[in-house]
Amino acid sequence: MPDATQRVRVEVKVNGQVHLREVEPRLLLVEFLREQLDLTGTHIGCDTTYCGACTVLLNGQAVKSCTVFTVQADGAEVTTVEGLEKNGELHPIQKAFADCHGLQCGYCTPGLMMSALQLLKCTPEPSENQIQNAIAGNTCRCTGYQNIFKAIATAAERMRSAAHGD
Amino acid sequence: MYPRAFHYHRAKTLKEASTLLTQLGEGAKLLAGGQSLIPLMKLRFASPDHLVDLNFISGASFIAEEKGHLRFGPLTRHAEIEESPVAAKIPILHDCAAGIADVQVRNRGTIGGSLAEADPSGDWATVMMTLETRVTCLGPKGERSLGLGGFVKDAYTTALEYDELVSGVSVKIPEGKSGGAYLAFKRAAPVYPTASAAVQLTLEGDVCKEAAIALGCVGLVPVRVKEAESALLGKSVNTKLLENAAEAARAAAEPQPDMRGSAEYKRQLVAALVTRALAIALRRARGERVEVSHIYA
Repeated sequence: MPDATQRVRVEVKVNGQVHLREVEPRLLLVEFLREQLDLTGTHIGCDTTYCGACTVLLNGQAVKSCTVFTVQADGAEVTTVEGLEKNGELHPIQKAFADCHGLQCGYCTPGLMMSALQLLKCTPEPSENQIQNAIAGNTCRCTGYQNIFKAIATAAERMRSAAHGD
Repeated sequence: MYPRAFHYHRAKTLKEASTLLTQLGEGAKLLAGGQSLIPLMKLRFASPDHLVDLNFISGASFIAEEKGHLRFGPLTRHAEIEESPVAAKIPILHDCAAGIADVQVRNRGTIGGSLAEADPSGDWATVMMTLETRVTCLGPKGERSLGLGGFVKDAYTTALEYDELVSGVSVKIPEGKSGGAYLAFKRAAPVYPTASAAVQLTLEGDVCKEAAIALGCVGLVPVRVKEAESALLGKSVNTKLLENAAEAARAAAEPQPDMRGSAEYKRQLVAALVTRALAIALRRARGERVEVSHIYA
């Protein structure tokens, strides 16, 4: 049985802010975000790599933060749902989820929005199929998904218009 | 959920990782993408004393074309293969990479980790069983290369010694009029398939010159179905022949009944998947571009 006293020094940039910490190797990224940085917007759902409620971006890529050790994020950039809002303005994805009723209880919403963010960064004009594929790893037990698809399509449209300045 | 405490080691090279495994003994495990290992550790099905992290090794993730072969670095993520125009030269590899679990898992999971885990429901081994695939294993005595058939020994068991690791995977690009397809039947994206079928056919005119048919999730290891292959070999391909091949695959499957379905249900599923995969493989062998996606319940 290994001793549980090992601590590993990590430097993780979360939503633009650098955090230096000494962590236990078994500390999961989601626990690091929630318990040590008080960023409780990232939710723990199934805790078994299924539901996607804990999705964050790790170096720009969507990952299930319940299935990444914090030590693996050493030197990396993490974006959580708290990083979406800028200067008091909701991100277009957040606004579209609200406008399109893309959430009900809201538990899965942070994870869904982070999956949507990865999609829209790489694919500004996603097809319905691409939207479905992008959030296939996110489970929602309230909405039936239709309004989530609408929200992501709406966000894509608004982000394209903003990028074109019209 | 927390896994049991473990001691963490970060390898800078594959060689160093193998040396660490030799030093630490059988209580040490490698951490690649972690998409199977971390859940297993959280559920306490696995409690290694030591983890050797491979994720900080540079140059272990690549896709290269070389002398008619595709070579993959062991840490190449499923998502990288999904998006790679080089890997798309063997369409069945794209079918596989694009269908594994979901975006989040594909962003982390690796081809080396998937083969080394040898989960009977895993996708890569089944697909690569239809191609000429070699796995390079690195250990204290150096590298050795094994055919995939010899590498996968049993459920969750490979030919790797405790201090060896997968250092590369190489696949021969099929020559001539060749086409393949991989189809998995899944209840939802993040779960393992209920059953899967991989086929690779090579035609000469309309005659089937080479055939490889492998089934996933219906045995302890991916099963190559020789009976189904010989139903096609040397013959001019028609619908009746495809039905015969699918029937042979159905008969050869040895599925276990579980929460995903009864044995009989899975045998029916295998026949249907083989039929569809053969049809797509044929179209591809004839030069048609066909997009494939897994089938969801």
